[in-house]
Amino acid sequence: MNAKLSGPSDAAIEFRGVSFHVNDIPDRAIVSNVSLTISRGETLVLLGRSGSGKTTLLKLINLMIAPSQGQVFVEGRATTESDPIRLRRGIGYVIQDAGLFPHFTIAENVALVPTLEKWPSARIASRVEELLHLVGLDPAEFSSRRPRELSGGQRQRVGVARALAADPPILLMDEPFGALDPVTRAELQREFSALARRLNKTIVFVTHDIREALLLGRRIALLQAGRLVALAPPSDFLRLVHPEVHAFCACLDPSDGAAQ
Amino acid sequence: MTPWKFFVEHRSEILSATLDHLTLVLIAMAFAIAIAVPLGMLIVQHRHLRSIALGIASVFQTIPSLALFGFLIPIPFIGGIGRRTAIVALILYALLPILRNTYVGLTSIDPAILEAAEAMGMTTTQILLRVRFPLALSIILAGIRTATVITIGVATIAAAIGAGGLGTFIFRGVAMVSDSVILAGAIPAALMAVFADLLLGLVERRLKVI
Repeated sequence: MNAKLSGPSDAAIEFRGVSFHVNDIPDRAIVSNVSLTISRGETLVLLGRSGSGKTTLLKLINLMIAPSQGQVFVEGRATTESDPIRLRRGIGYVIQDAGLFPHFTIAENVALVPTLEKWPSARIASRVEELLHLVGLDPAEFSSRRPRELSGGQRQRVGVARALAADPPILLMDEPFGALDPVTRAELQREFSALARRLNKTIVFVTHDIREALLLGRRIALLQAGRLVALAPPSDFLRLVHPEVHAFCACLDPSDGAAQ
Repeated sequence: MTPWKFFVEHRSEILSATLDHLTLVLIAMAFAIAIAVPLGMLIVQHRHLRSIALGIASVFQTIPSLALFGFLIPIPFIGGIGRRTAIVALILYALLPILRNTYVGLTSIDPAILEAAEAMGMTTTQILLRVRFPLALSIILAGIRTATVITIGVATIAAAIGAGGLGTFIFRGVAMVSDSVILAGAIPAALMAVFADLLLGLVERRLKVI
């Protein structure tokens, strides 16, 4: 995949004037005219209220949704000119309820993309073991279980392992910790933040939780009604002058210290 | 003559009618499954065919069974008097429950699972065969179970067009005004339906994943 890259471009993902509107009606825009470059190895958080277009923006990256206007480039190549199946196999994806296959064991779930890519079974087995260790689950205990036998937090760990299975350079995460209880959520956020630093992947992380955004993001992109209204590293984000930034910052308890 | 005495005296005749009946049902069900399950998978992928296929299958279901047998008699190749016509009618009757359950089963999958499958780079066909189908299996089997029980009942009417089976006793008993003769057909048919229901119910529960 790297052979196709010409020159030391460090953009993993680039949005160029991207809009998306339902049924091509321009005044029903879900995403309007977003331009944004995400560097290789960066964790970018898409922050916004429900319906602000952050999930749509995420789905534009792996062509689950095609742009109505503009183009999205992944590793320098327009998504609309790529084969969607190949594109998606090179991008990890984690969603809120994990979306594990209930009829697959944990090992089979994690092995999904390697199996689709027809890796030899010995390689798949060792990769699954490695990944379960990575997300803090004991392979001996969990490999042959089914998703329904796991807690929400454990399922979400499996979801992360599955997304990382074929070692994709990009990871998309749509409120992955949103459905967890606060204690488990905090635990997974801490672990994931450490994991993200170690893995050196390009991560796009959708959330409506400002604390989570401040904790995990190297940069935070704030969306409002489909428009990108702010883009800044966490340290500068709180100082930005914009009503929507203030609205989010108002959710923070000043004594909390999440902003460090 | 008491029903019991009639049973004992005609046991070999009843047994062979039961086997005929069972054969009729098994052949019809095999064809109905072979048609309705792939058709159900097809209409998940091609939505414009959905209402046509379900509509046609519903129409067959609304035709009274005796009338359906009658309608088929004059049709060349599949019609005429005898078993072949009866099997065609039974297949048409069994289609709807299987088709509808296949379609419902394949389309009532948790959207999060389908979203993950698509995002992981599975093709539409891979999603259908490896995700939708295994998760829909118990619902499809519930449709097959309903269709089997219906077919066992409807097959008794097949005797009216000379297809044999347990209906032979029922029609003869009605003509003779003899409860014993009617029961000689009705009891084995009812037992067959009950056993089929229990057996397929067991299989259905074993296939349930969630």
